[in-house]
Amino acid sequence: MKTILAFIIGDPLADGAVPSTGVSARLTVFVAAAMAFLAVFALALSLTAGRLADSWADDLAQSATLRLPADLDQTNAALRAAVNVLQTTTGVASARVLEADEQRALLAPWFGPDVPVESLPLPQLIEILPDDTGYDVAGLRARLQAEVPGAVLDDHGAWREPLLAAAQRLRLLGWSVLALIGAVMAAMITLAAHAALAANAQIIRVLRLVGARDGYIARAFVRRFTLRAGLGAAVGAGLALLVLQAMPAADVVSGTGTHFGFVGLDWIWLLAIPVLSAIVAFLATRVAASRRLKEQT
Amino acid sequence: MVLGNTATAGKGQIVIELDNVSYGYGRTALFSGLSLKLVPGSFHFLTGPSGAGKTTLLRLCYADLRANSGKVRLFGQDAGNLTRDEVAIVRRRIGVVHQDCQFLDHLSIAENIALPLTVADRIADAQNNLAELLAWVSLGPQAGQRPPELSGGERQRAALARAVIMSPDVVIADEPTGNVDWEMSQRLLSLLIELNRMGKTILIATHDLAMIRSVKADVNARVLRLSRGQLVQAGADL
Repeated sequence: MKTILAFIIGDPLADGAVPSTGVSARLTVFVAAAMAFLAVFALALSLTAGRLADSWADDLAQSATLRLPADLDQTNAALRAAVNVLQTTTGVASARVLEADEQRALLAPWFGPDVPVESLPLPQLIEILPDDTGYDVAGLRARLQAEVPGAVLDDHGAWREPLLAAAQRLRLLGWSVLALIGAVMAAMITLAAHAALAANAQIIRVLRLVGARDGYIARAFVRRFTLRAGLGAAVGAGLALLVLQAMPAADVVSGTGTHFGFVGLDWIWLLAIPVLSAIVAFLATRVAASRRLKEQT
Repeated sequence: MVLGNTATAGKGQIVIELDNVSYGYGRTALFSGLSLKLVPGSFHFLTGPSGAGKTTLLRLCYADLRANSGKVRLFGQDAGNLTRDEVAIVRRRIGVVHQDCQFLDHLSIAENIALPLTVADRIADAQNNLAELLAWVSLGPQAGQRPPELSGGERQRAALARAVIMSPDVVIADEPTGNVDWEMSQRLLSLLIELNRMGKTILIATHDLAMIRSVKADVNARVLRLSRGQLVQAGADL
């Protein structure tokens, strides 16, 4: 901690030995700010996708639906038979027949709130909730086929798995974009550091003539670029935060009910962006300085 | 006293030795088979016509160049085997007054003079030594000025102050009187002689024989002439 503080505070005399080069300074701050701005959104995307995947995995895995076709003869008898099968199946916690109002609510997004469900040939739906141990889907399906022919057991697997896979890929994409942003920032800072080192070639020569070690010379550049990147990233992350706050409510945008952005401990990531940017700049400048000083004998 | 010899080479140890050294730029050999030994406390003038290689020879002496062949030993260490950081450490024992002074123009004269201490992370020492050194070279009033604002003589004196601030074992000066008038050259030489009396080893490259003659009575100096790739001791012609 003491070392980090000493690094941040620096030594005015030692820092003064290498003059600040305006172009590379401004470039570093701008690149760090722009990359941090993008990183916040990539991070928000990744975290939101992660929450969505978890939410779908949890919610949908806990329920299944039994569908009795509308044209099934003697629907009431079939309904009773189906409920009986479900109630006597090990692992089923509850089997609830959906009321007309609930069916109407399900159809409302497509047909409006006044759809006359009673007069439509709609299938009857039964919501099945498993207990902690769960039930044997294949076994239940076989029993239903035998006792309630035409009934369809939907455990949501057919559409849940692609959705989950999509959400997980979205999360992976978010992290990949973050890694790419980090790499681009490292590359840009490396270029800026090389430019600064080249612009100060004569100063480096004088410093060497008076007995400066490579570590001393590199330190002046590394410290400067690290602080600039950290400062730029803090500004960029702050701006991104303002934009995130100004965005419309999450469920209006996505319809998923999952908030786009940062929730709870996610905010720590936002604070980490300037720190990570500074670390990337520190490493990139150190490598650049080491190479450049090796070349410049 | 900052100028006192606090880290002299061991008694009898040769501080700088060139042993059968050759150096050339590209395919043109500047000199070959050249040997030189500087013992502690000695005073040498290096003369020769322009282009003879005086500056090159000096640069070999502070490891700014590496010999094409032969050995350069600095305080007993083979300069050819030194890492860059080891060269930096060796240079702290060799104060150099460059022909073009080699100042950092964005720093004040005081900061330039203190630079060797700054880069050695001995900034605290600078506070004690700087005022004394500035007074020694009579540059107190100019301490806050930038190098381009100083006259040639003032710059040379500042360069000398920077060369000695680390209390080095050896002081190497490359044409220190090249850009100054006679009076100033005498003043600079008297400072170098004063350093030699404090035990420093002095090596001065100059083409100004009149200047050498003027101080021969004040210092026990060897005069070496570099000409046509050979280093010989100058004789009675001086």
